[in-house]
Amino acid sequence: MSEDKHWFRIAHREAWIGVGLAVFNFIWWFGFAYGLGGASPSSYDYIFGLPAWFFFSCVLGFIIMVVLVLLVVKFWFIEVPFEEEGGDES
Amino acid sequence: MNWSVVIPLILFLLLIFVIGFWASKHIRTTNASFLSEYFLGGRQLGGLILAMTMIATYGSASSFIGGPGVAYTEGLGWVLLAMSQVVTGYFVLMVLGKKFAIMSRRYKAVTLIDFLKGRYQSKWVVLVSAFSIIIFLFSAMAAQWVGGARLIESLTGLSYISALFIFALSVLVYVILGGFRAVALTDTVQGIVMLFGTLILLIATIAAGGGIDNIMADLQAENPNLITPYGAEGTLSASYVSSFWILVGVGVVGLPHVTVRAMSYKNSKAMHRALIIGTVVVGFIMLNMHLIGVFARPILPGIEVGDKVMPLIALEVLPAWLAGVVLAAPMAAIMSTVDSLLLVVSSAVVKDVYLNYIEPKATHEKVKKLSFSITAILGILVFLMALDPPELLIWLNLFAFGGLEAAFIWPVVLGLYWKKGNKYGALASMLIGILSYIIFHLYLPNLFDMHTVVMPVLLSLIGYVVVSIASSSRVTVPE
Repeated sequence: MSEDKHWFRIAHREAWIGVGLAVFNFIWWFGFAYGLGGASPSSYDYIFGLPAWFFFSCVLGFIIMVVLVLLVVKFWFIEVPFEEEGGDES
Repeated sequence: MNWSVVIPLILFLLLIFVIGFWASKHIRTTNASFLSEYFLGGRQLGGLILAMTMIATYGSASSFIGGPGVAYTEGLGWVLLAMSQVVTGYFVLMVLGKKFAIMSRRYKAVTLIDFLKGRYQSKWVVLVSAFSIIIFLFSAMAAQWVGGARLIESLTGLSYISALFIFALSVLVYVILGGFRAVALTDTVQGIVMLFGTLILLIATIAAGGGIDNIMADLQAENPNLITPYGAEGTLSASYVSSFWILVGVGVVGLPHVTVRAMSYKNSKAMHRALIIGTVVVGFIMLNMHLIGVFARPILPGIEVGDKVMPLIALEVLPAWLAGVVLAAPMAAIMSTVDSLLLVVSSAVVKDVYLNYIEPKATHEKVKKLSFSITAILGILVFLMALDPPELLIWLNLFAFGGLEAAFIWPVVLGLYWKKGNKYGALASMLIGILSYIIFHLYLPNLFDMHTVVMPVLLSLIGYVVVSIASSSRVTVPE
């Protein structure tokens, strides 16, 4: 079943990509939230009215994740048939 | 009764019924496999519906009613916490991914337990997992029904019991009639309602508060902690908030009503689209609706019961008819979680226990009747439990989900990707996960300043790996 192995290798790689994205997501989220947000509230900078830590961590972080998912799916994800016969959908 | 609020809600419920009836046609006309159609929509979901049904399923009462309420109390720190849910938008589908789709087709799995049965070939794995799904999801469901009934109560002024009755009836009718396909379709409608509902409400709230700058200044004047990541009393530590990445983020991979969706899609293309749509929509909804909670504070100070923040702010900042439309959103969130829970619990009873061990040769007609009646009976049981509602909706709900995550995350994920994992490991992992969750919850909650879920998930990982390796000589590894 070498074809099987081929599809599984793709599936495994994509699962690892998911883990990688989550790790990046976490670091970005954590870094900005507690890096910038740890300061005293009176010294906060504001972007679009929101405290900078919040804007970078939650708003920009979200936008960046959307862009990354988009790119990853577009360029790295491969279409794989799910049925034994090979993509014969009714 | 405030009719201009109630009429949009009624229209929304009617729309949901129409979808249920429409989907029930599919069930009556299909003869290939009733079980696959009723519990899995015949594995035919496209990208949009897949994304929406996943989001609607975990964006539940806890996040929709409880979430903004806590954000109101805690400030931006709770929005930060809620944003850990963005990860679910892509993580679940990527990690279970294509391997899960291929393997569940190969095992002809219709439920998560079917998958475990196919992978581990063990009666005990099946029984323990069916039992824990029934117990845990049943209590989660009760919490959700309470939320739904409270919402109707606060909107219409009906008594709690009549509100609960309306809610129960509307959920039961379309779940029983339409099965998974109806649930997924209504989830999509409900997801779209949530998306636009929260957006409209957020904009109206910002306008009512005199712009974001103004709101932030008001919050800072009241209590500077509200705009820090640490919560109103400074009690939300970095490690505590981060541990929610496991509870409501990556750990969601182990929730049976979420995983079942990861076997329901048509093809790779549907999955790819769902990844993108899912990430966008889940992040957008979470951000909007928790910000609404925070921004509501200067506009409506002094709300005591967190659950009432969403309804009250909507009625305050929107014209009545629009408030009715927007408030269909939390209603939608609750209904769409409840319906999928109901279906998962009923499939655990019918398919995983009854058909596996009580009467394997039941006729087609009998299975059909059984599925409908078990779903109905479960619904009535939940209704009876919800009559005497427990106070803290959000924690009851999280208790159930945390327990299931600790039980299933490793048997599912390592079952997929680690050849050496075996039935002894899976069984050990599930038992350790559930028991340690209960023990930690009772005696050592939030150990090391992290949510209770963290330690049981770690222990069940150790259990899975150690027992699988130790028992490897007793099991032949299937290729």
